[in-house]
Amino acid sequence: MSFQPVVLWSDALLFVLIAVIVGLSLWARRQDALRGAWARVARDRVAMAAATVLAVFVLIGLLDSLHYRARLESPAGATARYAVEVNSALDALLTDLRSRTEKTYSAPLATHLFAREALENSTQREFPRLQHGGAQLGDELSGHEADIAVRVLRGVAGGLVAWLLLMLLVRTATVGSGGTALRTVAMTLLPILLLFGVAISLGGGYHVFGTDKVGQDVLYLSLKSIRTGLLIGTLTTLVMLPAAVALGILAGYVGGWVDDLIQYLYTTLSSIPGVLLIAAAVLMMQVVIDTHPEWFATSAERADARLLALCLILGMTSWTGVARLLRGETLKLRELEFVQAAQAFGVGSFAIMRRHILPNLMHIVLISLVMDFSGLVLAEAVLSYVGVGVDPTTISFGTMINTARMELAREPMVWWSLVAAFSFMFTLVLAANLFADAVRDAFDPRSSA
Amino acid sequence: MLAYIVRRLLYAIPILIGVNLFTFALFFVVNTPDDMARMQLGVKRVTAEAIQKWKAERGYDKPLVWNAAAAGSAALTDTIFFSKSVRMFAGDFGRADDGRDIAREIRDRMGPSLAIALPTFVLGLFVAISFALLLVFFRATALDFSGVVLCVAMMSISGLFYIIGGQWLVSKVWHLVPISGYSGGLDAAKFLILPVLIGVIGGIGSSARWYRTIFLEEIGRDYVRTARAKGLPERVVLFRHVLRNALIPILTGVVVVIPTLFMGSLLTESFFGVPGLGSYTIDAINAQDFAVVRSMVFIGSVLYIVGLLLTDLSYTLADPRVRLQ
Repeated sequence: MSFQPVVLWSDALLFVLIAVIVGLSLWARRQDALRGAWARVARDRVAMAAATVLAVFVLIGLLDSLHYRARLESPAGATARYAVEVNSALDALLTDLRSRTEKTYSAPLATHLFAREALENSTQREFPRLQHGGAQLGDELSGHEADIAVRVLRGVAGGLVAWLLLMLLVRTATVGSGGTALRTVAMTLLPILLLFGVAISLGGGYHVFGTDKVGQDVLYLSLKSIRTGLLIGTLTTLVMLPAAVALGILAGYVGGWVDDLIQYLYTTLSSIPGVLLIAAAVLMMQVVIDTHPEWFATSAERADARLLALCLILGMTSWTGVARLLRGETLKLRELEFVQAAQAFGVGSFAIMRRHILPNLMHIVLISLVMDFSGLVLAEAVLSYVGVGVDPTTISFGTMINTARMELAREPMVWWSLVAAFSFMFTLVLAANLFADAVRDAFDPRSSA
Repeated sequence: MLAYIVRRLLYAIPILIGVNLFTFALFFVVNTPDDMARMQLGVKRVTAEAIQKWKAERGYDKPLVWNAAAAGSAALTDTIFFSKSVRMFAGDFGRADDGRDIAREIRDRMGPSLAIALPTFVLGLFVAISFALLLVFFRATALDFSGVVLCVAMMSISGLFYIIGGQWLVSKVWHLVPISGYSGGLDAAKFLILPVLIGVIGGIGSSARWYRTIFLEEIGRDYVRTARAKGLPERVVLFRHVLRNALIPILTGVVVVIPTLFMGSLLTESFFGVPGLGSYTIDAINAQDFAVVRSMVFIGSVLYIVGLLLTDLSYTLADPRVRLQ
């Protein structure tokens, strides 16, 4: 094999999450109430557009979660050796973007570096030519604008063709069926594919979003950041959910000293201001990771461990709210007839909690899951700025903003890293917010009135 | 009422003890002081003496909870737990890594933090509630819809963007106010305007939308229909009836924040170079000054618990039907 698959812990958890979602949606198809609620989401045009955008982000994030180590060149017959560097399927797709690094900053679509440098055979300091950006133009730079225009047009045409082909495929696959939902998805895919087309076509010859301090392509960095944002947004909720659900139901159903103890636990934890608790826990976790270098084989694994620990810590601070909600709802459910009937039939407490209480709380769990997502993505950037976020080597929106911030004082300003990070983040969070609203409206029994 | 306050204060004690034990476990049990010393000194300079010196400087060279070598009550008091954690209840936070007294530093820095946080809070509350009332007044019209869209868009923007963008536009392009800095007295105004403004704008999106939901919930109630039926203009219905009845859910979310205003805002203060508690915390995090972070965690929890108590008391002011016993 020319590569060795690597499964990082976060990858494994992400795949578990996907499996759970697929399993749950298969189960939900058979439940009338759930199918009805999801049908309401599907009828909401804004929600479907947001879901399409989210799906594109998730697809990029998933591609970025298939990790491998490339095989190194070695004589035939020798035992295979693999590179230390851990790459992902997305890296393989974007090899061009990843490998064409410049020396330092360059503006979007530029042909020259951003800073003057003393050239070898001249006494003046000039803007050196980029190695890759606009290399096809030759030295005279003839037709820079024309080249960009041609590439944009070609990209638009390519995107349009791709969209038409896709539509044709879908049309033949689902003749007759498909209502507003599919039409909305199609209309959302058009601008996305156009943007992709333009980005691919321009990216072949230029750095679409410029390059950063060490000359890396900013578009590549932005695409890589998506996985980190998605992981923080989903895994945090995933790791805290079991504890929050179990404790919330237990406190509400059992009552007595169990209730007191659990309430005490979450009141204590929630009375510590979130950022400070996170900061303290991350500082301590850093000490653990730094004093045990032997636990991690590669630097990717160490960064991954830190990402997971951050999710755990964020989860530790956010489970209290969900637990409180679930406890309150359980208190209400406990007094309802169907639970009392079950008690009268002699069903055990555990069975009641699992079979009668838990299914009636799922809408709260789902709503809090989607509502928390966007807040967590935003929190990641802030935490990385404060210095308690992801590992500095992990590419994320936070680390991008943090490094770009240093250059704001420069004249003229280096703005493209910031703008790229903020616009990717805005798109992701806006889509998540819109989708979350639709899910809440569809699942919250109070909102149907 | 007084009995209620006293009882609530008594309830706070076990929670504070819990917070204290939790921070102690987090800072001294998860990692031994030796680990912290090794981390701070860096790999190159680690020797047994250096670690001992680092620990002795900070008073971390004692046993954790039980000093077997000491006699009498000193067995309990001459320990890390007593000197670092229990002493916090008395307001003694020890010294930071730079040798300064943390309690004194906190007192000095509270002023600048409040100078930003208080106007941001008051103005933000006023603007968000007014905006929400405006949207409710024009509910189910195009104005309401575009207002909600604006709110969702604004809450999807990172807080960092508001700060960086605001600094760039107002200070760098328009040259209206200095980018960052702080000074005492009336002079402070020119440094405070921008952070306060940014804080208010950054918060409008989520809070205005939240208030709008609360108001809309109230507006469906019977008393509103009665008020309209007796011929009150919509303006009076909104301001006199809906706003007052919506106070309880609003107070729940708002009052608890007031005491924590003392802590300042981490982001705003560090971007604008304000010497408040927020930037103090950030500096401590970056310098890995464990003593300061530990103290801030404790103070933050104390203020939060005070906030919860104030919330309950504020209910009695807002709603005469609420009796605390």
